[in-house]
Amino acid sequence: MRLACTRALTEIARSDPRILLLTADLGFMVLEEFSEAHPTRFFNVGVAEANMIGLATGLAASGYVPYVYSIATFASMRGYEQIRNGPILHKLPVRIIGVGGGFEYGHAGITHHALEDLTIARVQPGLTVVAPADHEQASAAIRATYDLPGPIYYRIGKRDDYVLPGLGGRFRLGRIETVRDGDDVLILVLGSIAAEAIKASDILSRKGIQANVSVVSSLRPAPVEDIHRMLKRFPLVVTVEEHYVDGGLGSLVAEIAAENGTCGRVFRCGVRTPPSATCGGEACLREVNGLSARSISDSVVNALKEFGE
Amino acid sequence: MPESARKITVSSQAVTPRKIRQIIIEESKRANVGHIGSALSVADIIAVLFEHGLRLPGTDASDRDRFVLSKGHSALALYAALHLKGILQPDQVQTYCCDGSLLGVHPEHQLDGIDFSTGSLGHGLAFGAGVALASRLSGRPYRAFVLVSDAECNEGSLWETVMFAAHHKLANLVAIVDNNGQQALGKTKDVIDLHPLGEKWRAFGWKVHEIDGHNPAELRQTLAGLETADGPPNVLIANTISGKGVSFMEGKVEWHYLPLSDDLYAQALKELEASES
Repeated sequence: MRLACTRALTEIARSDPRILLLTADLGFMVLEEFSEAHPTRFFNVGVAEANMIGLATGLAASGYVPYVYSIATFASMRGYEQIRNGPILHKLPVRIIGVGGGFEYGHAGITHHALEDLTIARVQPGLTVVAPADHEQASAAIRATYDLPGPIYYRIGKRDDYVLPGLGGRFRLGRIETVRDGDDVLILVLGSIAAEAIKASDILSRKGIQANVSVVSSLRPAPVEDIHRMLKRFPLVVTVEEHYVDGGLGSLVAEIAAENGTCGRVFRCGVRTPPSATCGGEACLREVNGLSARSISDSVVNALKEFGE
Repeated sequence: MPESARKITVSSQAVTPRKIRQIIIEESKRANVGHIGSALSVADIIAVLFEHGLRLPGTDASDRDRFVLSKGHSALALYAALHLKGILQPDQVQTYCCDGSLLGVHPEHQLDGIDFSTGSLGHGLAFGAGVALASRLSGRPYRAFVLVSDAECNEGSLWETVMFAAHHKLANLVAIVDNNGQQALGKTKDVIDLHPLGEKWRAFGWKVHEIDGHNPAELRQTLAGLETADGPPNVLIANTISGKGVSFMEGKVEWHYLPLSDDLYAQALKELEASES
């Protein structure tokens, strides 16, 4: 999704001179397309995320549309107070691109695992929060939202070689996208982990369980109507996110279910354990945290046994 | 046109340090609110910025300079200047800290004449650097003036911007340090000693002007002499006294927070009446 975003931005910038790209010294072999096409509109601010957000605030207040780029943990947390007091408070079009949701920086360790970025982004009113599931959707999301007046947080994945079956690069702000239909259980999934959810639905299918898999890529505005409609149809929804279960997609769905008085159960697949020192790649860490395709399908089977009709 | 560049009608009145100080004392007393010492500390700086040659709010809509009060707790001094310039409505300054007013202890950008909401320290210089960078990118000749406190130089985020601005030779960025030697819980030299403060900025690549922050002529002359073409950004280390102008407040830590009693209020006003300007 990194190159897809860079490519989309590079193209948008050709016709929109307001577009700038700032990085806090990350994005090797990712941002070059932009920096080479628009050298005067690209800034490496150094390892200084708080300053990057502050600069972007001043630039946006002066008529520019700055995109700031870093690893998701640093992009969302290091300058969080600057994000709050800058673009959110001033309602300015600063775009924050956080790369590597969940365990995508696996071996890099816990400092690089973004497991709460969506929670803290989602609690800021006025901050649009977008988390695409593959690079085609990331590109579509960048294009669909580049002219929004307020700030945006994009949580994007690293891979540019994966296409989620059935998604077709669709993105609509405030809506969900169904990528596989089924009547037995609803799986709502967010981000790169959607690849595992699709595989899980294959495993379930072989067991005779037909899952509806729908992608949530817009956390704010929340796809309230779509989710409410799906909750009425499915008595059991399993949410899947590479994120702590608190505050992210699962919490959002539970809130919508409760506020709408929708009967049924929400089972949340996500990270529930405190950070550990265990080293591993993304696949290993997904497995350890119950987020492999096999684990997700097991969770669905168990949830159906416990809560299903 | 960006929100921050909106046109403001001005009915000008001389902005003098004494008038600013009188308003600070009157309104802080009426509202029974503190932060008086740090507002008095910047009265001369704010007066010069608003009165002499800087294209600040209300003077030129499109290419006017931007001012960031990064030490937002001195907002009352800024409100006083905006009041005197006619940018606030005539009675608006008297709503300071009233329920429903836009004039709080720290300034909010929803108020005419305020470009950036501030209050949390270590944010304002980066806002200013963004404005200065935008000026360069757009070829429009405005500058950014950012007033920071000396204690704000404790914030690491400030030094991130200091490095960026020097590297990019943002000469159209001017930082002014209100170097009053006082912070919330004591003297800066006792809390986190900043000495030698000017040397620190100089070592980071800034052009340093160490001046008397209570000498309007010197302030004015220094500001007028700044080079704004590409080159080192400028910082004025303005040596000041917290509580300046009111004898019993000068250099006293308690006036960072305390409101005024009736007796001391009367004495403060009397002293300001008798002062020179």
